[in-house]
Amino acid sequence: MDITLIPGYQYMPELVEMMLKIVFIFTMNVGVFAPLLGYVERKQSALMQDRIGANRAAILGFTIFGLWHTMTDAIKLIAKEDFIPEGADKPLHFLAPFVAVVPALIAFAVIPFGGTYYLWGHEAHLIIADLDVGILFIFAVAGIGTYGAVIAAWASNNNWSLLGGVRTAAQMVSYEVAMGLTIVGVLMVYESLKLTEIALIQEDFFMWGIFLQPVGFLLFLACALAENKRVPFDIPEAESELIAGYFTEYSGLKFAMFWMAEFVEIVTISAILTVLFFGAWHIPFVTHDGLLSLLTSVVGADIGNLLLMFIHLAVFWGKVCFLIVFLMLIRWSLPRFRYDQIMKLGWKIILPLALVNILATGVILLVVK
Amino acid sequence: MGVENEEQGFEHVLGDSVILTTVEQVVGWGRKFSFFLYPFITACCGMEFMSVAGPRYDIDRFGAALPRFSPRQADLLIVVGTISHKQLPILNKVYNQMAEPKWVFAYGACVVSGGMYDNYSTAQGIDTILPVDVYVPGCPPRPEMVFDGLMKLQDIVQNEKFSKWPRGAGKYTAEELK
Repeated sequence: MDITLIPGYQYMPELVEMMLKIVFIFTMNVGVFAPLLGYVERKQSALMQDRIGANRAAILGFTIFGLWHTMTDAIKLIAKEDFIPEGADKPLHFLAPFVAVVPALIAFAVIPFGGTYYLWGHEAHLIIADLDVGILFIFAVAGIGTYGAVIAAWASNNNWSLLGGVRTAAQMVSYEVAMGLTIVGVLMVYESLKLTEIALIQEDFFMWGIFLQPVGFLLFLACALAENKRVPFDIPEAESELIAGYFTEYSGLKFAMFWMAEFVEIVTISAILTVLFFGAWHIPFVTHDGLLSLLTSVVGADIGNLLLMFIHLAVFWGKVCFLIVFLMLIRWSLPRFRYDQIMKLGWKIILPLALVNILATGVILLVVK
Repeated sequence: MGVENEEQGFEHVLGDSVILTTVEQVVGWGRKFSFFLYPFITACCGMEFMSVAGPRYDIDRFGAALPRFSPRQADLLIVVGTISHKQLPILNKVYNQMAEPKWVFAYGACVVSGGMYDNYSTAQGIDTILPVDVYVPGCPPRPEMVFDGLMKLQDIVQNEKFSKWPRGAGKYTAEELK
Protein backbone atom coordinates (compact mmCIF):
# COMPACT_ATOMS: atom_id res chain seq x y z
CA MET A 1 0.00 0.00 0.00
CA ASP A 2 1.23 3.46 -0.86
CA ILE A 3 1.81 5.42 2.31
CA THR A 4 0.85 8.68 0.60
CA LEU A 5 -2.74 7.45 0.26
CA ILE A 6 -3.36 7.72 4.00
CA PRO A 7 -5.44 10.84 4.71
CA GLY A 8 -3.42 13.56 6.37
CA TYR A 9 -0.17 12.00 5.20
CA GLN A 10 1.49 15.37 4.67
CA TYR A 11 0.99 16.24 8.36
CA MET A 12 2.65 13.05 9.62
CA PRO A 13 6.16 14.54 10.08
CA GLU A 14 4.73 17.47 12.08
CA LEU A 15 2.70 15.06 14.20
CA VAL A 16 5.67 12.81 14.87
CA GLU A 17 7.87 15.81 15.65
CA MET A 18 5.25 17.20 18.04
CA MET A 19 4.80 13.88 19.82
CA LEU A 20 8.56 13.46 20.15
CA LYS A 21 8.93 16.94 21.64
CA ILE A 22 6.10 16.44 24.13
CA VAL A 23 7.48 13.05 25.17
CA PHE A 24 10.95 14.56 25.48
CA ILE A 25 9.83 17.44 27.71
CA PHE A 26 7.60 15.17 29.79
CA THR A 27 10.41 12.66 30.24
CA MET A 28 12.92 15.36 31.10
CA ASN A 29 10.66 16.87 33.75
CA VAL A 30 8.84 13.94 35.32
CA GLY A 31 11.23 11.12 34.47
CA VAL A 32 14.62 12.74 34.89
CA PHE A 33 14.53 15.99 36.82
CA ALA A 34 11.79 15.34 39.39
CA PRO A 35 13.43 12.22 40.89
CA LEU A 36 16.95 13.45 40.28
CA LEU A 37 16.39 16.77 42.04
CA GLY A 38 15.36 14.87 45.16
CA TYR A 39 18.72 13.14 45.00
CA VAL A 40 20.60 16.35 44.17
CA GLU A 41 18.93 18.18 47.03
CA ARG A 42 19.93 15.41 49.42
CA LYS A 43 23.50 15.13 48.26
CA GLN A 44 24.03 18.86 47.90
CA SER A 45 22.78 19.48 51.42
CA ALA A 46 25.02 16.64 52.62
CA LEU A 47 27.98 18.25 50.85
CA MET A 48 27.21 21.67 52.27
CA GLN A 49 26.76 20.29 55.80
CA ASP A 50 29.88 18.13 55.65
CA ARG A 51 27.87 14.90 55.72
CA ILE A 52 27.98 11.80 53.53
CA GLY A 53 24.31 11.61 52.65
CA ALA A 54 22.18 8.69 51.55
CA ASN A 55 24.39 5.85 50.34
CA ARG A 56 23.16 2.56 51.81
CA ALA A 57 20.56 1.26 49.34
CA ALA A 58 22.27 -1.19 46.99
CA ILE A 59 21.33 -3.59 44.23
CA LEU A 60 23.81 -6.46 43.84
CA GLY A 61 26.28 -4.51 45.92
CA PHE A 62 26.25 -1.39 43.74
CA THR A 63 25.16 1.75 45.55
CA ILE A 64 25.92 4.17 42.64
CA PHE A 65 26.49 7.05 45.09
CA GLY A 66 23.12 6.56 46.76
CA LEU A 67 21.09 7.02 43.57
CA TRP A 68 18.90 4.03 44.49
CA HIS A 69 17.49 6.09 47.33
CA THR A 70 15.35 8.00 44.83
CA MET A 71 13.91 4.62 43.84
CA THR A 72 13.36 3.47 47.42
CA ASP A 73 11.58 6.75 48.17
CA ALA A 74 9.31 6.24 45.18
CA ILE A 75 8.52 2.63 46.15
CA LYS A 76 7.84 3.66 49.73
CA LEU A 77 5.55 6.53 48.74
CA ILE A 78 3.58 4.37 46.29
CA ALA A 79 3.11 1.68 48.94
CA LYS A 80 2.05 4.18 51.59
CA GLU A 81 -1.53 4.52 52.78
CA ASP A 82 -3.48 7.12 50.81
CA PHE A 83 -5.09 9.07 53.60
CA ILE A 84 -8.17 11.26 53.27
CA PRO A 85 -9.10 13.02 56.52
CA GLU A 86 -12.54 12.89 58.06
CA GLY A 87 -14.71 15.81 56.94
CA ALA A 88 -12.51 16.48 53.93
CA ASP A 89 -13.93 17.41 50.53
CA LYS A 90 -12.95 14.18 48.79
CA PRO A 91 -13.07 15.23 45.10
CA LEU A 92 -11.15 18.43 45.78
CA HIS A 93 -8.70 16.63 48.06
CA PHE A 94 -8.00 14.25 45.19
CA LEU A 95 -7.83 16.99 42.55
CA ALA A 96 -5.47 19.41 44.32
CA PRO A 97 -2.12 17.64 43.71
CA PHE A 98 -2.89 17.42 39.99
CA VAL A 99 -3.78 21.10 39.86
CA ALA A 100 -0.41 21.79 41.45
CA VAL A 101 1.67 19.62 39.08
CA VAL A 102 0.03 20.13 35.69
CA PRO A 103 0.49 23.91 35.29
CA ALA A 104 4.20 23.61 36.08
CA LEU A 105 4.47 21.07 33.24
CA ILE A 106 2.27 22.99 30.81
CA ALA A 107 4.34 26.16 31.21
CA PHE A 108 7.14 24.27 29.48
CA ALA A 109 5.11 24.15 26.26
CA VAL A 110 6.10 27.69 25.27
CA ILE A 111 9.74 27.54 26.34
CA PRO A 112 12.13 27.00 23.41
CA PHE A 113 14.85 24.46 24.18
CA GLY A 114 16.62 24.72 20.82
CA GLY A 115 16.55 26.58 17.52
CA THR A 116 15.43 25.56 14.04
CA TYR A 117 17.12 22.65 12.25
CA TYR A 118 16.71 21.23 8.74
CA LEU A 119 16.71 17.45 9.03
CA TRP A 120 16.28 15.48 5.79
CA GLY A 121 13.98 18.04 4.23
CA HIS A 122 11.99 18.54 7.43
CA GLU A 123 12.12 21.75 9.41
CA ALA A 124 12.26 21.02 13.16
CA HIS A 125 11.54 23.72 15.73
CA LEU A 126 12.55 22.77 19.25
CA ILE A 127 9.55 24.32 20.95
CA ILE A 128 6.17 22.70 21.52
CA ALA A 129 3.94 25.74 20.96
CA ASP A 130 5.51 28.94 19.64
CA LEU A 131 2.95 31.40 20.98
CA ASP A 132 3.14 35.12 20.21
CA VAL A 133 2.35 35.83 23.87
CA GLY A 134 4.69 33.14 25.23
CA ILE A 135 5.78 34.87 28.40
CA LEU A 136 2.23 35.94 29.27
CA PHE A 137 1.10 32.34 28.83
CA ILE A 138 3.68 31.26 31.41
CA PHE A 139 2.40 33.80 33.93
CA ALA A 140 -1.19 32.80 33.28
CA VAL A 141 -0.47 29.10 33.78
CA ALA A 142 1.74 29.72 36.82
CA GLY A 143 -1.23 31.57 38.33
CA ILE A 144 -3.30 28.40 38.07
CA GLY A 145 -0.65 26.51 40.04
CA THR A 146 -1.55 28.60 43.07
CA TYR A 147 -5.01 27.02 43.05
CA GLY A 148 -3.42 23.62 43.69
CA ALA A 149 -2.12 24.75 47.06
CA VAL A 150 -5.24 26.70 47.98
CA ILE A 151 -7.62 23.89 47.00
CA ALA A 152 -5.46 21.40 48.92
CA ALA A 153 -5.64 23.63 51.97
CA TRP A 154 -9.38 24.15 51.74
CA ALA A 155 -10.24 20.51 51.03
CA SER A 156 -8.17 19.13 53.92
CA ASN A 157 -10.49 20.42 56.67
CA ASN A 158 -7.49 21.25 58.82
CA ASN A 159 -6.61 24.54 60.49
CA TRP A 160 -2.91 24.34 59.72
CA SER A 161 -3.64 23.54 56.09
CA LEU A 162 -6.03 26.45 55.81
CA LEU A 163 -3.50 28.87 57.32
CA GLY A 164 -0.91 27.57 54.86
CA GLY A 165 -3.35 27.99 51.99
CA VAL A 166 -4.17 31.57 52.96
CA ARG A 167 -0.49 32.37 53.21
CA THR A 168 0.11 30.76 49.82
CA ALA A 169 -2.60 32.86 48.23
CA ALA A 170 -1.28 36.07 49.77
CA GLN A 171 2.33 35.35 48.82
CA MET A 172 1.56 34.20 45.27
CA VAL A 173 -0.69 37.14 44.47
CA SER A 174 1.83 39.63 45.87
CA TYR A 175 4.74 38.22 43.95
CA GLU A 176 2.87 37.68 40.70
CA VAL A 177 2.31 41.42 40.49
CA ALA A 178 5.97 42.15 41.09
CA MET A 179 7.06 39.32 38.77
CA GLY A 180 4.98 40.64 35.90
CA LEU A 181 6.57 44.07 36.28
CA THR A 182 10.15 42.80 36.56
CA ILE A 183 9.81 41.17 33.16
CA VAL A 184 8.57 44.35 31.43
CA GLY A 185 12.12 45.70 31.16
CA VAL A 186 13.20 42.57 29.29
CA LEU A 187 10.26 42.87 26.91
CA MET A 188 11.09 46.53 26.24
CA VAL A 189 14.69 45.69 25.37
CA TYR A 190 13.86 42.79 23.03
CA GLU A 191 10.61 44.32 21.74
CA SER A 192 8.86 40.96 21.75
CA LEU A 193 6.75 38.68 23.92
CA LYS A 194 7.68 35.68 21.82
CA LEU A 195 10.27 33.56 23.62
CA THR A 196 11.84 32.24 20.40
CA GLU A 197 12.48 35.81 19.19
CA ILE A 198 13.93 36.80 22.56
CA ALA A 199 16.18 33.74 22.39
CA LEU A 200 17.30 34.42 18.80
CA ILE A 201 18.39 37.98 19.59
CA GLN A 202 20.65 36.56 22.31
CA GLU A 203 22.83 34.79 19.76
CA ASP A 204 25.10 37.79 20.25
CA PHE A 205 26.82 37.25 23.61
CA PHE A 206 26.56 40.94 24.57
CA MET A 207 22.82 40.92 23.98
CA TRP A 208 22.23 38.39 26.77
CA GLY A 209 19.51 39.49 29.17
CA ILE A 210 21.85 39.42 32.15
CA PHE A 211 23.90 42.24 30.59
CA LEU A 212 20.97 44.29 29.29
CA GLN A 213 18.75 43.84 32.34
CA PRO A 214 20.90 43.04 35.41
CA VAL A 215 18.46 44.63 37.86
CA GLY A 216 15.54 42.96 36.13
CA PHE A 217 17.35 39.61 36.47
CA LEU A 218 17.87 39.96 40.23
CA LEU A 219 14.28 41.07 40.83
CA PHE A 220 12.89 38.30 38.63
CA LEU A 221 15.07 35.73 40.43
CA ALA A 222 13.74 36.86 43.82
CA CYS A 223 10.13 36.73 42.58
CA ALA A 224 10.62 33.34 40.95
CA LEU A 225 12.04 31.96 44.21
CA ALA A 226 9.02 33.30 46.06
CA GLU A 227 6.64 31.76 43.51
CA ASN A 228 8.42 28.45 44.01
CA LYS A 229 7.42 28.41 47.73
CA ARG A 230 10.76 27.00 48.87
CA VAL A 231 13.18 28.25 51.53
CA PRO A 232 13.69 31.20 52.10
CA PHE A 233 10.12 31.85 50.93
CA ASP A 234 8.54 28.68 52.36
CA ILE A 235 6.15 30.52 54.64
CA PRO A 236 3.16 28.52 53.22
CA GLU A 237 4.88 25.35 54.41
CA ALA A 238 6.67 26.73 57.51
CA GLU A 239 7.37 23.48 59.40
CA SER A 240 8.00 25.22 62.71
CA GLU A 241 4.67 27.08 62.58
CA LEU A 242 2.22 25.14 60.40
CA ILE A 243 3.48 21.51 60.64
CA ALA A 244 3.58 21.10 56.85
CA GLY A 245 1.36 23.94 55.65
CA TYR A 246 -1.14 23.32 52.91
CA PHE A 247 -0.21 19.63 52.42
CA THR A 248 -0.36 18.67 56.11
CA GLU A 249 -3.17 16.16 55.46
CA TYR A 250 -1.60 14.53 52.41
CA SER A 251 0.24 11.23 52.55
CA GLY A 252 1.97 8.91 50.14
CA LEU A 253 1.99 9.66 46.46
CA LYS A 254 -0.22 12.74 46.64
CA PHE A 255 2.19 14.33 49.07
CA ALA A 256 5.00 13.40 46.70
CA MET A 257 3.12 15.14 43.88
CA PHE A 258 3.35 18.46 45.71
CA TRP A 259 7.07 17.87 45.92
CA MET A 260 7.18 16.98 42.29
CA ALA A 261 5.35 20.23 41.50
CA GLU A 262 8.03 22.14 43.39
CA PHE A 263 10.82 20.36 41.55
CA VAL A 264 9.21 20.80 38.15
CA GLU A 265 8.72 24.47 38.99
CA ILE A 266 12.44 24.74 39.72
CA VAL A 267 13.21 23.30 36.29
CA THR A 268 10.67 25.64 34.65
CA ILE A 269 12.08 28.68 36.46
CA SER A 270 15.61 27.71 35.45
CA ALA A 271 14.48 27.28 31.85
CA ILE A 272 12.75 30.68 31.82
CA LEU A 273 15.84 32.30 33.35
CA THR A 274 17.99 30.59 30.71
CA VAL A 275 15.82 31.81 27.84
CA LEU A 276 15.37 35.37 29.10
CA PHE A 277 18.75 36.12 30.65
CA PHE A 278 21.36 33.49 29.75
CA GLY A 279 21.21 33.28 25.97
CA ALA A 280 18.94 30.21 25.75
CA TRP A 281 20.68 27.50 23.68
CA HIS A 282 23.45 29.76 22.31
CA ILE A 283 27.12 29.24 23.06
CA PRO A 284 28.91 32.54 23.80
CA PHE A 285 30.77 33.94 20.75
CA VAL A 286 29.64 31.00 18.56
CA THR A 287 26.90 31.75 16.05
CA HIS A 288 24.33 29.24 14.82
CA ASP A 289 25.38 29.59 11.17
CA GLY A 290 29.10 29.54 11.95
CA LEU A 291 28.93 26.25 13.86
CA LEU A 292 26.52 24.80 11.31
CA SER A 293 28.81 25.52 8.34
CA LEU A 294 31.73 24.00 10.24
CA LEU A 295 29.76 20.84 11.04
CA THR A 296 28.34 20.68 7.49
CA SER A 297 31.81 20.80 5.98
CA VAL A 298 32.86 17.85 8.13
CA VAL A 299 29.84 15.49 8.19
CA GLY A 300 27.33 16.85 5.64
CA ALA A 301 24.23 19.01 5.94
CA ASP A 302 21.74 16.60 7.55
CA ILE A 303 24.06 15.01 10.08
CA GLY A 304 25.52 18.46 10.74
CA ASN A 305 22.08 19.82 11.58
CA LEU A 306 21.42 16.83 13.79
CA LEU A 307 24.74 17.26 15.59
CA LEU A 308 24.08 20.96 16.04
CA MET A 309 20.68 20.13 17.50
CA PHE A 310 22.23 17.83 20.08
CA ILE A 311 24.94 20.38 20.90
CA HIS A 312 22.31 23.07 21.43
CA LEU A 313 20.18 20.72 23.54
CA ALA A 314 23.21 19.93 25.68
CA VAL A 315 24.04 23.63 26.06
CA PHE A 316 20.47 24.52 27.00
CA TRP A 317 20.05 21.75 29.56
CA GLY A 318 23.56 22.41 30.85
CA LYS A 319 22.61 26.01 31.59
CA VAL A 320 19.36 24.82 33.18
CA CYS A 321 21.28 22.37 35.41
CA PHE A 322 23.69 25.11 36.45
CA LEU A 323 20.81 27.37 37.45
CA ILE A 324 19.09 24.53 39.30
CA VAL A 325 22.22 23.96 41.37
CA PHE A 326 22.36 27.68 42.03
CA LEU A 327 18.73 27.74 43.19
CA MET A 328 19.37 24.74 45.44
CA LEU A 329 22.39 26.56 46.86
CA ILE A 330 20.11 29.44 47.86
CA ARG A 331 17.63 26.97 49.37
CA TRP A 332 20.26 25.43 51.67
CA SER A 333 21.99 28.71 52.56
CA LEU A 334 19.28 31.08 53.75
CA PRO A 335 16.92 30.91 56.73
CA ARG A 336 13.20 31.44 56.28
CA PHE A 337 11.83 34.99 56.04
CA ARG A 338 9.17 36.07 58.48
CA TYR A 339 5.71 36.58 56.99
CA ASP A 340 5.76 40.40 57.28
CA GLN A 341 9.28 40.48 55.83
CA ILE A 342 8.08 38.61 52.76
CA MET A 343 5.20 41.02 52.27
CA LYS A 344 7.49 44.01 52.82
CA LEU A 345 10.02 42.65 50.35
CA GLY A 346 7.36 42.09 47.72
CA TRP A 347 5.33 45.27 47.96
CA LYS A 348 7.78 47.84 49.32
CA ILE A 349 11.10 46.83 47.73
CA ILE A 350 10.70 44.68 44.63
CA LEU A 351 7.62 46.41 43.22
CA PRO A 352 9.02 49.99 43.38
CA LEU A 353 12.41 48.79 42.12
CA ALA A 354 10.72 47.07 39.20
CA LEU A 355 8.88 50.27 38.33
CA VAL A 356 12.13 52.28 38.55
CA ASN A 357 13.76 49.65 36.35
CA ILE A 358 11.04 50.08 33.72
CA LEU A 359 11.47 53.87 33.81
CA ALA A 360 15.26 53.66 33.57
CA THR A 361 15.06 51.14 30.73
CA GLY A 362 12.66 53.42 28.86
CA VAL A 363 14.89 56.48 29.29
CA ILE A 364 17.99 54.59 28.15
CA LEU A 365 16.17 53.14 25.14
CA LEU A 366 15.00 56.64 24.16
CA VAL A 367 18.51 58.07 24.50
CA VAL A 368 20.15 55.23 22.57
CA LYS A 369 17.73 55.33 19.62
CA MET B 1 16.65 -9.93 47.55
CA GLY B 2 16.13 -13.29 45.92
CA VAL B 3 14.14 -16.39 46.63
CA GLU B 4 15.56 -18.54 49.41
CA ASN B 5 14.61 -21.95 48.13
CA GLU B 6 16.99 -22.41 45.20
CA GLU B 7 16.58 -26.17 44.80
CA GLN B 8 13.58 -25.89 42.54
CA GLY B 9 11.58 -23.41 40.51
CA PHE B 10 12.65 -20.83 37.99
CA GLU B 11 15.95 -19.92 39.61
CA HIS B 12 17.13 -23.52 39.44
CA VAL B 13 16.28 -23.71 35.74
CA LEU B 14 17.55 -20.27 34.72
CA GLY B 15 20.61 -20.19 36.97
CA ASP B 16 22.22 -16.85 37.73
CA SER B 17 21.03 -15.21 34.52
CA VAL B 18 17.96 -13.68 36.20
CA ILE B 19 17.08 -12.30 39.61
CA LEU B 20 13.77 -13.38 41.02
CA THR B 21 12.09 -11.53 43.83
CA THR B 22 8.67 -10.90 45.28
CA VAL B 23 6.70 -7.69 45.44
CA GLU B 24 6.78 -7.95 49.22
CA GLN B 25 10.55 -7.95 49.22
CA VAL B 26 10.88 -5.10 46.73
CA VAL B 27 8.45 -2.96 48.72
CA GLY B 28 10.24 -3.96 51.92
CA TRP B 29 13.51 -2.93 50.35
CA GLY B 30 12.01 0.40 49.34
CA ARG B 31 10.57 1.00 52.77
CA LYS B 32 13.63 0.14 54.77
CA PHE B 33 15.81 2.72 53.01
CA SER B 34 13.21 5.44 53.05
CA PHE B 35 12.05 6.11 56.60
CA PHE B 36 10.56 9.56 57.02
CA LEU B 37 10.94 10.27 60.70
CA TYR B 38 8.53 11.82 63.12
CA PRO B 39 10.83 12.94 65.93
CA PHE B 40 8.73 12.94 69.12
CA ILE B 41 11.35 14.55 71.32
CA THR B 42 10.55 15.48 74.90
CA ALA B 43 13.77 15.45 76.90
CA CYS B 44 17.53 15.19 77.14
CA CYS B 45 17.93 12.26 74.69
CA GLY B 46 17.07 14.88 72.08
CA MET B 47 20.62 16.22 72.41
CA GLU B 48 21.94 12.83 71.43
CA PHE B 49 19.38 12.58 68.66
CA MET B 50 20.78 15.81 67.21
CA SER B 51 24.16 14.15 67.12
CA VAL B 52 22.60 11.15 65.34
CA ALA B 53 20.96 13.37 62.77
CA GLY B 54 23.89 15.77 62.44
CA PRO B 55 26.98 15.63 60.26
CA ARG B 56 29.15 13.53 62.58
CA TYR B 57 26.95 10.41 62.60
CA ASP B 58 24.55 11.31 59.79
CA ILE B 59 21.37 9.23 59.84
CA ASP B 60 20.83 10.26 56.20
CA ARG B 61 23.28 7.52 55.17
CA PHE B 62 20.46 5.05 55.85
CA GLY B 63 18.01 7.15 53.88
CA ALA B 64 16.22 8.17 57.06
CA ALA B 65 17.10 11.85 57.08
CA LEU B 66 13.89 13.60 56.30
CA PRO B 67 11.85 14.62 59.35
CA ARG B 68 8.16 15.14 58.46
CA PHE B 69 6.33 17.02 61.17
CA SER B 70 3.00 16.00 59.73
CA PRO B 71 2.30 12.47 61.05
CA ARG B 72 0.46 11.66 57.79
CA GLN B 73 3.74 11.70 55.91
CA ALA B 74 5.93 10.00 58.52
CA ASP B 75 6.79 6.29 58.63
CA LEU B 76 8.89 5.96 61.75
CA LEU B 77 7.81 7.41 65.08
CA ILE B 78 11.01 8.01 67.01
CA VAL B 79 10.09 8.56 70.65
CA VAL B 80 12.99 10.30 72.35
CA GLY B 81 12.99 11.26 76.01
CA THR B 82 10.92 10.74 79.13
CA ILE B 83 7.21 10.22 78.49
CA SER B 84 5.05 11.30 81.41
CA HIS B 85 1.46 10.21 81.85
CA LYS B 86 0.43 13.69 80.71
CA GLN B 87 2.26 13.08 77.43
CA LEU B 88 0.74 9.66 76.73
CA PRO B 89 -2.52 10.90 75.12
CA ILE B 90 -0.49 13.17 72.82
CA LEU B 91 1.85 10.36 71.83
CA ASN B 92 -1.13 8.08 71.25
CA LYS B 93 -2.79 10.71 69.08
CA VAL B 94 0.32 11.20 66.96
CA TYR B 95 0.61 7.44 66.51
CA ASN B 96 -3.04 7.16 65.48
CA GLN B 97 -2.63 10.01 63.00
CA MET B 98 0.26 8.33 61.18
CA ALA B 99 -0.56 6.70 57.86
CA GLU B 100 0.13 2.97 57.46
CA PRO B 101 2.65 1.40 57.40
CA LYS B 102 4.15 2.80 60.58
CA TRP B 103 6.87 1.74 62.97
CA VAL B 104 7.81 2.84 66.46
CA PHE B 105 11.35 3.30 67.66
CA ALA B 106 11.92 3.49 71.45
CA TYR B 107 14.96 5.70 71.95
CA GLY B 108 16.56 5.72 75.40
CA ALA B 109 15.98 4.06 78.76
CA CYS B 110 13.01 6.26 79.74
CA VAL B 111 11.05 5.34 76.64
CA VAL B 112 11.97 1.67 76.91
CA SER B 113 11.05 1.17 80.58
CA GLY B 114 10.65 4.49 82.35
CA GLY B 115 14.36 4.42 83.14
CA MET B 116 15.35 5.92 86.46
CA TYR B 117 11.97 7.66 86.78
CA ASP B 118 10.28 4.83 88.66
CA ASN B 119 7.59 7.10 90.06
CA TYR B 120 3.94 8.15 89.87
CA SER B 121 4.30 10.62 86.99
CA THR B 122 6.24 8.70 84.35
CA ALA B 123 4.97 6.06 81.95
CA GLN B 124 6.90 2.83 82.53
CA GLY B 125 7.81 2.40 78.87
CA ILE B 126 5.74 3.38 75.84
CA ASP B 127 5.09 -0.29 75.03
CA THR B 128 2.37 -0.07 77.66
CA ILE B 129 0.27 1.72 75.03
CA LEU B 130 1.99 1.34 71.62
CA PRO B 131 3.47 -1.60 69.70
CA VAL B 132 7.21 -0.90 69.74
CA ASP B 133 9.43 -2.37 66.99
CA VAL B 134 12.90 -1.55 68.27
CA TYR B 135 14.12 -0.82 71.79
CA VAL B 136 17.37 1.07 72.16
CA PRO B 137 18.29 1.46 75.85
CA GLY B 138 20.90 3.83 77.22
CA CYS B 139 20.86 7.10 79.07
CA PRO B 140 21.25 8.45 76.45
CA PRO B 141 22.11 5.72 73.90
CA ARG B 142 25.24 6.24 71.84
CA PRO B 143 24.61 7.06 68.17
CA GLU B 144 26.23 3.74 67.26
CA MET B 145 23.56 1.95 69.29
CA VAL B 146 20.84 3.90 67.53
CA PHE B 147 22.21 2.89 64.14
CA ASP B 148 22.42 -0.72 65.31
CA GLY B 149 18.75 -0.47 66.26
CA LEU B 150 17.90 1.19 62.96
CA MET B 151 19.65 -1.57 61.00
CA LYS B 152 17.77 -4.21 63.00
CA LEU B 153 14.55 -2.40 62.14
CA GLN B 154 15.62 -2.40 58.48
CA ASP B 155 15.99 -6.19 58.68
CA ILE B 156 12.50 -6.45 60.17
CA VAL B 157 11.01 -4.22 57.49
CA GLN B 158 12.76 -6.12 54.69
CA ASN B 159 11.11 -9.39 55.66
CA GLU B 160 7.68 -8.09 56.59
CA LYS B 161 4.55 -9.66 55.13
CA PHE B 162 1.79 -7.46 53.71
CA SER B 163 -0.63 -9.32 55.96
CA LYS B 164 0.89 -7.48 58.93
CA TRP B 165 -0.76 -4.25 57.76
CA PRO B 166 -2.76 -2.28 58.65
CA ARG B 167 -1.73 -2.14 62.25
CA GLY B 168 -4.65 0.09 63.23
CA ALA B 169 -5.00 2.47 66.13
CA GLY B 170 -3.24 2.21 69.48
CA LYS B 171 -4.45 -0.07 72.27
CA TYR B 172 -6.24 2.62 74.26
CA THR B 173 -8.59 5.41 73.29
CA ALA B 174 -7.93 9.02 74.26
CA GLU B 175 -10.50 8.82 77.09
CA GLU B 176 -8.91 5.73 78.62
CA LEU B 177 -5.51 7.42 78.74
CA LYS B 178 -6.73 10.49 80.59
